[in-house]
Amino acid sequence: MRSASRRSYGVKGAPYLFLVPATVLFLLFFALPIGYAVWLSFRKVQVSGLGLGSGARKEVWAGLENYTGALSDSELLDGALRVLGYGCIVVPVMLGLALLFALMLDSEKVRLASFTRLAIFLPYAVPGVVAALLWGFLYLPDVSPFHFALDRLGLPQPDLLDGGPLYLALSNIAVWGGTGFNMIVIYTALQAVPAEVYEAAKLDGATPLQIALRIKIPMVAPSLVLTFFFSIIATLQVFNEPTTLKPLTNSVSTTWSPLMKVYQDAFGNGDIHAAAAQATLIALATLVLSFGFLRAANRRNKQEASR
Amino acid sequence: MPYTKRRRLVSSAVAVALGATALAACGSSSDDGEAQSGPVSLTYWTWAPGMDKVVDLWNKGPGKKEQIEVTVKKQASGDTLVTKILTAHKAGKAPDLVQAEYQALPTLVSNDALADIAENVGDVKGKFADGVWQQTTLGTDAVYAVPQDIGPMMFYYREDLFEKYDLAVPATWDEFAETARKLKKAAPDKDLTTFSANDSGLFAGLAQQAGAQWWTTSGDKWKVGIDDEATRKVAEFWGGLVEEGAIDNQPMYTPAWNKALNTGKQIAWVSAVWAPGTLTTAAPDTKGKWAMAPLPQWSDGESRTGSWGGSSTAVTTDSKHKDAAAKFAAWLNTDGDALNALAKESGIYPASTSAQLSGAFTSPPEYFSNQPDFYRKAAEIAETTAPSAWGPNVNVAYTAFKDAFGAAAKNKSDFTAALDTMQEETVADLEKQGFGVAR
Repeated sequence: MRSASRRSYGVKGAPYLFLVPATVLFLLFFALPIGYAVWLSFRKVQVSGLGLGSGARKEVWAGLENYTGALSDSELLDGALRVLGYGCIVVPVMLGLALLFALMLDSEKVRLASFTRLAIFLPYAVPGVVAALLWGFLYLPDVSPFHFALDRLGLPQPDLLDGGPLYLALSNIAVWGGTGFNMIVIYTALQAVPAEVYEAAKLDGATPLQIALRIKIPMVAPSLVLTFFFSIIATLQVFNEPTTLKPLTNSVSTTWSPLMKVYQDAFGNGDIHAAAAQATLIALATLVLSFGFLRAANRRNKQEASR
Repeated sequence: MPYTKRRRLVSSAVAVALGATALAACGSSSDDGEAQSGPVSLTYWTWAPGMDKVVDLWNKGPGKKEQIEVTVKKQASGDTLVTKILTAHKAGKAPDLVQAEYQALPTLVSNDALADIAENVGDVKGKFADGVWQQTTLGTDAVYAVPQDIGPMMFYYREDLFEKYDLAVPATWDEFAETARKLKKAAPDKDLTTFSANDSGLFAGLAQQAGAQWWTTSGDKWKVGIDDEATRKVAEFWGGLVEEGAIDNQPMYTPAWNKALNTGKQIAWVSAVWAPGTLTTAAPDTKGKWAMAPLPQWSDGESRTGSWGGSSTAVTTDSKHKDAAAKFAAWLNTDGDALNALAKESGIYPASTSAQLSGAFTSPPEYFSNQPDFYRKAAEIAETTAPSAWGPNVNVAYTAFKDAFGAAAKNKSDFTAALDTMQEETVADLEKQGFGVAR
């Protein structure tokens, strides 16, 4: 009897035992750092007088001060708006191209499919910083081969590192690097569509274009939602491209995107508390936007399913 | 006795081998009380290339005699290192010795990261120009660092192209502006130089030459004078040149800038004593065609210059062996052999006045072989360096400069408005942190 009760206890406890490693890792490397960042965001350093000598600098409780500071900081908001403009170009263009390429690769008439797939995917393997450097050199009027060619042809040479074209220049880097990855995700979903669906469509007399529009795109809608979700997150976190282009032009400020502002405050100005508050706000905004989108997409799916 | 001695040697050897600050601190804490007697191992954070070879001289020479071994850990330069030092200091684990730019010293001191080594460095003060030394004391009786290298500013120009376009080397800033206009008229596709907003040190140096004092103290309050008359004059001058299109407005250190220097599209550069090194890589094809002259002056007959760059060696408050560390810092920056090695391995221009004309500095840099008296002239110019005044948030002011002046240079708009922004952001940051600020 004693041994029986022991065994039943052991069986009950087993799931928790199995959960322990994951829970410990989650707490140590996820919850704890986030918790620490949030804690930091409620504190600040208070200096007194000239701030020289020991004891002139104290860490004190700041309450919501860092948050109100971040929300009333026009630079952070301007950065968010700049990123919004950038995202409005990147996300539709990148996903549109990815879908187009995936459909083309999936069509029956395609040749050199595996080579083309690899060629489109390859830029994704180039690290973001390298990609931004590479494009930066191509944009700089004095060293760009494009500008050289345009000059020789007597055509006007746009300055891509200034004003509106700067957004195009930055978006181009992201589109160049990201299209391949999204294309693979959509293409994989297309491959999973059963062949008999296409056969049925063909028997009904559907043209390849109709198959693409009426069958393939609706069938890969979940992948489109997924890639859109990833793209929103990647856009909100844009950092590499503007940071790498910054030294090349006067048009990108040190706080061009919200994450650049966080970086600048933490490591340029040494104010980790303000940076922590901003980082928390950005994380919240990302959560709200991306999961809000996911919920909206799910609701639509359910409606369609019930229709 | 042999046992304990060997054990200590082993423990310090392990610490050195691993190069870990934490271990060094642990290893040394055991012999804290007798810090001066046992062997000591120190960690040194620096970005100077080839510093390990210079430190080898110490470890094999005076360091061996005094049983003080120094280990170099190569770091990123400038502001990045300041952040890293402050982070390490928060954990109580900053290295014993750090390299720090002069303008970063108040920030480090205000974070209580640097030790006062006035009593440990002996009589090194006399080896440096007063203006240089004063930066390491922050105007107090304390000594927070030993000067290592300096960057007195100079005017560099393409000798051949100046002759071709019949331009005279400008002695004053008015003449400088005239020269820019004259060149623009003779060759519209060329520029005398550019106003670059991506290195705040250049603008700080130019303001310093004009007599600006950006941070001063009165009582227990800081006074920020970024928008003082001298700086305003400098901002107006360069803003005017950019606005009328007499000079370029694109940033330095870009591939485009390199090309402009290398092809003679830009024919002059306001820079500092370290320019030969930069020109060697940026404009290799024009070697031997450049010449160096003193910086143009604000009024005729004056001779003043600013400084752009330069750094010092400091001892941290976390060091368990401040005396040993200070001894090394003094040796590194005043000993003849050490300075010669520093010049050779790291390519620095020494702060120590006696070293400026000896050893490596008796012949001109290779790139300037056409100007045999390069370093004699440089030493003369270095003597005329105007005093500088740094404060505890130079980094904030520098960032504000980059953004505000970058935008102003791009739009060719009012530079004094950008200067106001820089002043406001710097004062606002000090107030936000709680510093006493005099308005």
